[in-house]
Amino acid sequence: MDTREKILEVKHLKQYFNVGKKDEVHAVDDVSFDIYKGETFGLVGESGSGKTTTGRAIIRLLDPTDGQVIFNGRDVASLKSKADMMAFRREMQMIFQDPYASLNPRMKVKDIVAEGIDIHHLAKNDQDRTNQVEDLLETVGLNRDHSSRYPNEFSGGQRQRIGIARALAVQPDFIIADEPISALDVSIQAQVVNLMKELQVQKGLTYLFIAHDLSMVKYISDRIGVMHYGKLLEIGPAEEVYNHPLHLYTESLVSAVPQPDPEFERNRRQVVYDASPEFDDKKRKMVEITPQHFVSASEDELATYRKRAIENGLKPLN
Amino acid sequence: MENAEENILEVKDLTIDFHTYAGTVKAIRDVSFHLKKGETLAIVGESGSGKTVTTKTVMGLLANNAEVVEGTVKFHGKDILKMSQKQLESIRGKDIAEIFQDPMTSLDPTMKIGKQIAEPLRVHKGYSREKANKQALEMLKLVGITNAEERINDYPHQFSGGMRQRIVIAIALVCYPEILIADEPTTALDVTIQAQILDLMKELQEKISTSIIFITHDLGVVAGMADRVAVMYAGKIVEYGTVDEIFYNPQHPYTWGLLNSMPTLDTAKGKLESIPGTPPDLLDPPAGDPFAARNPYAMKIDEQKEPPFFKVSDTHYAATWLLHPDAPHVEPPVEIKRRQEVYKQRLQAGTINQGHIHSTGNTRFGNDDDDAIGE
Repeated sequence: MDTREKILEVKHLKQYFNVGKKDEVHAVDDVSFDIYKGETFGLVGESGSGKTTTGRAIIRLLDPTDGQVIFNGRDVASLKSKADMMAFRREMQMIFQDPYASLNPRMKVKDIVAEGIDIHHLAKNDQDRTNQVEDLLETVGLNRDHSSRYPNEFSGGQRQRIGIARALAVQPDFIIADEPISALDVSIQAQVVNLMKELQVQKGLTYLFIAHDLSMVKYISDRIGVMHYGKLLEIGPAEEVYNHPLHLYTESLVSAVPQPDPEFERNRRQVVYDASPEFDDKKRKMVEITPQHFVSASEDELATYRKRAIENGLKPLN
Repeated sequence: MENAEENILEVKDLTIDFHTYAGTVKAIRDVSFHLKKGETLAIVGESGSGKTVTTKTVMGLLANNAEVVEGTVKFHGKDILKMSQKQLESIRGKDIAEIFQDPMTSLDPTMKIGKQIAEPLRVHKGYSREKANKQALEMLKLVGITNAEERINDYPHQFSGGMRQRIVIAIALVCYPEILIADEPTTALDVTIQAQILDLMKELQEKISTSIIFITHDLGVVAGMADRVAVMYAGKIVEYGTVDEIFYNPQHPYTWGLLNSMPTLDTAKGKLESIPGTPPDLLDPPAGDPFAARNPYAMKIDEQKEPPFFKVSDTHYAATWLLHPDAPHVEPPVEIKRRQEVYKQRLQAGTINQGHIHSTGNTRFGNDDDDAIGE
């Protein structure tokens, strides 16, 4: 029923640390989801939920313990040769959280942005390299003559633009943005989010947007996945997950987001979440409750979720 | 009713320069505000707008290269800026305490948390170790650390971020301060933990009736915590009023921009309204309204002359030329118009919170205030 083209399929991804030791950590535990071409997939969760680890495993900054990450038809998790990795990293790039820590303070902006161009030999000559860098800077809303400056001469929002230009330099199809706006001021956040949206349309990019700020994630994403304790609990269309969450954890997460509305805040009802059912060792899998809206459920929980969907004015599948 | 409430803190005409290699940074320019007993004043603004410097001044914690050019900071009528280090030390941590932003770095990693909580009592109140420890334990329970008897002998690294912030709050409140300064106390925390910490702060505020100066750039948090709000931009307060007045009837284009750039529950999938550009360089602040360069509503006078505060209501003032009687009428952004519509309805219904939130029942506006809002 879905005709859209999948650009990324994550299948039963597991990322464990300290395997075989007493302090084995299951940072990501059997996570599966797909991302379609041209969409923005938002991954939300608290710190420690495994959302960043998932992102890092997808781009192979970590070697997954188990599972498959199929990107454009190839399994990334099994890439071995250097040439394959190089080719893969041209297609997938990352924007990091902290624009102060992710730019080398001793490199000029032009060299930061051109690093990918150099590594992948994408410039014919020096002039071409300069042109490409200057075009990129213009694309992200900076000046051409900023290229000979150092990162410390820029504000947080401008630095994040440099980070975006660097990611765009190798003309990727897919960008993982790990909390790209958390370190920025409100008014600057909106600028960067708008820029990312414009670039998506212009260049046909697909985003994996990792964040804990639900209201911003809802705004930028087409679909949202909610993670907790290394597991994916709910996936669905952004509006529906946010406004009609099925999983109680999602509901508690949504209810904790402060709204810039004093009256709303005075009447806020905080939903407390009890995580103990997550550890009852029941077999759970992602079940489609309403079209495109999945929740992690055991057999005996299905009826409850269908009922919740009806209460929320949604039409459950049979 | 207003006058009956005591101002425990009064900041007047505060102007602070920082002398740096690059030149003199005019960080705070002519800032005045007051704090009443038991209320929460939120100071909002971007990084570099001067909100933290303002509170550092109140704590007497300014850096060595700072110079107070002008102004007074009166705590119960006594000027903090004229106090000796010794006098300051007797107030700091006891009458005025601070919760810092980052719970990961504001605790001593080599000291058991019980000792850290007891320390202010030992220093300020001269309690015996035993008595201080006992009260520290009470405080630890109060901020909701389970199993407090055992955990009091743990070190900071044995706690999660949210728990550490609870400990920081316990340290700040253990002497029952009159003023609590909370500088982005939840910015480093997850939303669910943030909600818990904010509820805890509200609860404790009622218990020990402390006044809070709450610094943040998160307008959602402000809406939930504040009685009154001051909006800072480029070292100046540009608008202040009750929380309802700022959120439902904002007047300054910068406040409009801030409220407009946040996606709300029902923001459609369009473009977010961002404020273009970046804040001005305070090494050389522009003449006129500092927001003029980023302000789509800027008029010629904004670039020439700094706007004074115009009165909107008894509790609500904004420094923008748009409020001048001769200013042309402008259409605020859609989202702001929606908010002002809410304000009008609630004004008629008499449910606007003006002044003090701890008073039971809501105060109605006087007639002359209605006129001020109209134009």
